Amino acid sequence: MKTSRKGLTVNQKYNITGWTFLLPAAILIFAMNFYPMIQALILSFKSGIGNNLKFNGLYNYSRLLEDRVFWTSFKNTFLYLLIQVPIMLALAIFLALLLNKKDLKCKGLFRTAIFLPCCTALVSYSIIFKTLFSFDGYINTVLLNLGIISSRINWLGQEETAKIVIIIALIWRWTGYNMVFYLAGLQNIDDSLYEAAKIDGAGSVKTFFKITMPLLRPTILLTTIMSINGTLQLFDESVNLTGGGPANSTLTMSHYIYKVSFEYNPQFGYAAAMSYIIFILVAVLSFIQMKVGDKR
Amino acid sequence: MRKIKNVSTYVILSIVSLISVFPLYWMISAATNNSTDILGGRLIFGTNLMNNLTNLLEQQNVGRAFGNSLMFSTILSVLSLVVCSIAGYGFEIYHDRAKDRLMGILLLAMMVPFAATLIPLFKMFTDLNLQSTWIAYVLPTISTPFLIMLFRQSARSFPKDIIEAARIDGLSEIRIFATIFVPTMKSTYAAAMTVTFMNAWNNYLWPKVIMMSEKSQTMPMLVTNLSVGYSIDYGVLMLGVLICSLPTGILFLVLQKSFANGIVGAVKG
Repeated sequence: MKTSRKGLTVNQKYNITGWTFLLPAAILIFAMNFYPMIQALILSFKSGIGNNLKFNGLYNYSRLLEDRVFWTSFKNTFLYLLIQVPIMLALAIFLALLLNKKDLKCKGLFRTAIFLPCCTALVSYSIIFKTLFSFDGYINTVLLNLGIISSRINWLGQEETAKIVIIIALIWRWTGYNMVFYLAGLQNIDDSLYEAAKIDGAGSVKTFFKITMPLLRPTILLTTIMSINGTLQLFDESVNLTGGGPANSTLTMSHYIYKVSFEYNPQFGYAAAMSYIIFILVAVLSFIQMKVGDKR
Repeated sequence: MRKIKNVSTYVILSIVSLISVFPLYWMISAATNNSTDILGGRLIFGTNLMNNLTNLLEQQNVGRAFGNSLMFSTILSVLSLVVCSIAGYGFEIYHDRAKDRLMGILLLAMMVPFAATLIPLFKMFTDLNLQSTWIAYVLPTISTPFLIMLFRQSARSFPKDIIEAARIDGLSEIRIFATIFVPTMKSTYAAAMTVTFMNAWNNYLWPKVIMMSEKSQTMPMLVTNLSVGYSIDYGVLMLGVLICSLPTGILFLVLQKSFANGIVGAVKG
């Protein structure tokens, strides 16, 4: 075996180089993700106001069980998850399939247009939708002029409609983003598979479920995990579109954590306990996804 | 039959494209109108742009917020690309069992919600007296499992013979990375740059918490300030929203093609 100047074998040298290459990234992830996670766990067993904290066992967690606002935010977040994520992903796959057609003209134009919403800052689009759906906003004006409604709807002032506006806004913002991943996935599928299916006389529905869906599975898994993760952490929309209202009907879990830590008397321990609930949810859901997605 | 199918494809895509673009068009047209016209439902461009701009500049320090956002996001994206690409390369090219296992652990960080690390990070940075500095803005998100994975994936498709040949030519490992890998992976870098810069620019929760001094205010924070209050001037507000969306919009339009290619490479698996 060759040896380099310092008396190391070539393989040892490469091994050390490899570690130095990945070390900065690894250290940062440990310091900025894992270490704070441990800190948050310790914090979740303490209670008090501000920096005046004392160990208090499971008090924060038992308090959570009785906190109506927390459960409302929990239900809201899951409602977004169950309604918005499936609609958005199905729409994204559908659009990707349309855009993937060989003989389609103006492909680039359509793709750019559909992806464009993702370029707007989360804060920006929240404010755009808030203004469009406000009581004297554009949506009401148009619906009124078209005769679809007889009087202005207070979209953001009613519990159900406020939720619907948030869901519409989320679908608008994120469908194109997911579509890009599906487009990429579709491009990696070999054309000969489709030709073979055609020769075998398979219709387009059958082709989709027997060829496209199974081959897109890794991409579907990736986008589902990203979407679940993103939805459980919703914050900007809740703050800037509806302010969590009316009567907490659109408040998300992250927004409530922020309020408990920075808006009222800061209760870091209690907020940390809540954040651990989100963490456990994300972990469990991702784990289920991976198990289901891995089945072949 | 085939013709009908084709026509319906164009109809559906046109409608979806219109819905996607309309709010953005509305934002731009609103930035050129005054509040009364906007609420009246005016859609065509008006002549109030300069007026809105003057009012906006009078009310808020837009230059400072824009400069802050631009500086923080650029520093964060560049550092992030350097740190994560070299790590992704390291994980793939020199991979062995220990490194693969470490990668598996790092991927777990994808599941860590920001809300959970928010308070400890806040305490950490305030204890170090780093609040309201660029370091506080960038440090928590320089290294992300998503980017490391993206670069590891693209390093997988990188021909290993080239590395061997370069080694025989006597190039050092870091030079092989910097002069051969980086230039061939342009589209991956473009995709990573687009995603990272957008996230960095749009970042809201963390800056809202840690950038406490007025001097360190960022563009999204400034825009939200415009949207609260008793009498909102919608023309001024939408101009602010427009300015806040410009950098990410331009970046995407410029890097669009390489962005799509970079994602194709990453999804390949």
